[in-house]
Amino acid sequence: MFGDVVIIVVKVVLTLVWTLLLALFLTWVERKESAVMQDRIGANRASVFGLRMFGLFQPFADAIKMLFKEDFAPTFAQRTLHWLAPAFSFFFVSVTMVAVPFGDTIRLFGRRIPLQVVDLNAAVLFVLAMLSLGIYGILVSGWASSNRFALIGSLRGAAQLISYEVALGLSLVGLVMVFPSLSLSRIVEFQGGHLFGFLPKWGIFLQPLGFVVFYLAGMAGTKRVPFDCPEGESEIIGFYTEYGGLKFGLFMFTDFLEVIVLASLATTLFFGGWQVPWLGDGGFAFPWGGGLKAAPWVVTVLRVLAFNLKVLFFCWLQILTRWTYPRFRYDQIMDLGWKVLVPLGVVNILATGLILAVR
Amino acid sequence: MVKGWRVVREMVRGAAITSRHFFVNMTFHTLRLFGLRTRRKGAVTIQYPEVQKALSPRHRSLHRLRPREDGRPSCVSCMLCVTVCPSECITVEAAEDPDPEIQKIPAKFVVDLNRCCFCGFCVEACPVDAIRMDTGEIRLATSSRPALEARLDKP
Repeated sequence: MFGDVVIIVVKVVLTLVWTLLLALFLTWVERKESAVMQDRIGANRASVFGLRMFGLFQPFADAIKMLFKEDFAPTFAQRTLHWLAPAFSFFFVSVTMVAVPFGDTIRLFGRRIPLQVVDLNAAVLFVLAMLSLGIYGILVSGWASSNRFALIGSLRGAAQLISYEVALGLSLVGLVMVFPSLSLSRIVEFQGGHLFGFLPKWGIFLQPLGFVVFYLAGMAGTKRVPFDCPEGESEIIGFYTEYGGLKFGLFMFTDFLEVIVLASLATTLFFGGWQVPWLGDGGFAFPWGGGLKAAPWVVTVLRVLAFNLKVLFFCWLQILTRWTYPRFRYDQIMDLGWKVLVPLGVVNILATGLILAVR
Repeated sequence: MVKGWRVVREMVRGAAITSRHFFVNMTFHTLRLFGLRTRRKGAVTIQYPEVQKALSPRHRSLHRLRPREDGRPSCVSCMLCVTVCPSECITVEAAEDPDPEIQKIPAKFVVDLNRCCFCGFCVEACPVDAIRMDTGEIRLATSSRPALEARLDKP
């Protein structure tokens, strides 16, 4: 009993620390990647004792700057809700990571420990529910600011997120039909098989259309640039206009956390999670014959590494997308959501059902 | 439907351009990190305080008064620069010069850099070519406003 509690606490702390560190350094990755894409160098001046490390200390400098800013709230704002809104936003996104499996089961001190905080049997629904609850952060922040522009921004955000919630849900129905489980760890285990004997049985190969719909809807859910109508920090005024300092920082941090959550969900659901192609519990078994024995701990390390590399790849892809496309107009966002993604999601469900029926 | 495909095609082209820039630049950055000299750099950035680009000859920087042979400023206090200045940032107080050949000299020639917009009209207006903006001094930031009132008549 006591051991279980310790294990859970350790897993929660490790997951939280890892996710927050990744989000922290994602700000650095975003700056550097955008700079390299635009033939620039990017932030490289933050240094500790003259040690620059390619500007790797920049996130800490930013954090210190935000910590020491005035904790400002307008007099006309509703204080309590104004305080709570960034916390809502942050909490509901970060709590999503508990359902994501980082690796397979390890054996330690005679126990079987799955590298996942909780193995919910309805994890897909939990994730969707938590991402939906994130809307409250946006709505409450705009509402509590008592600023008309912030309120309109938060309404835009709520409309966008609710619209894309439909497409996000529809895109996952086909996946759940193929891998008959709602538990993320079960879905990852199903993806360990092979198609036609050589292709890893990943969600992307079984549900390509579903992945496109999921990824686009998820991108819209992160509220980052092609879909940043709710924020619109450069031209239109968005929902966190009345926030400054660390509270604003929390909203920005939530965006990066959402990038990580979307990346890890795309990895878990469509790219095999911690599965390495052709790697079984005993070692590699290549489709062209032959194999490679590997110790259990090597297999575990490879799998955790594979999960993290896939997540990093999707973070990279999202930042690339964010620095490539300009913002969609509001009507274009709604058109893409309701006229393209929702019909595509329905078509995907119908096609999946047809294939499953005639198979 | 056709328009939709066109949108998708253009989006793919855009992503191809930005990712090409990313990978090409990243290759050069990586090669240079490991000490390989490449002809091209990964970025066009000039690392300003350490590396400085040569200013163009017609670049307008901090003002100066061209001196006569004896070192005193060649300004004759005609007030043309004060008149033409759109920011009204030049203050000239005229004084008599002991030399009968010279009618007036500036007792005080102040350019208020808080207001100056570096348009160069004063340089063009000057009949004796006394004020120039060719010092090449572009680091003018200070921590107080009075420090930005440049006395040009005193060296």
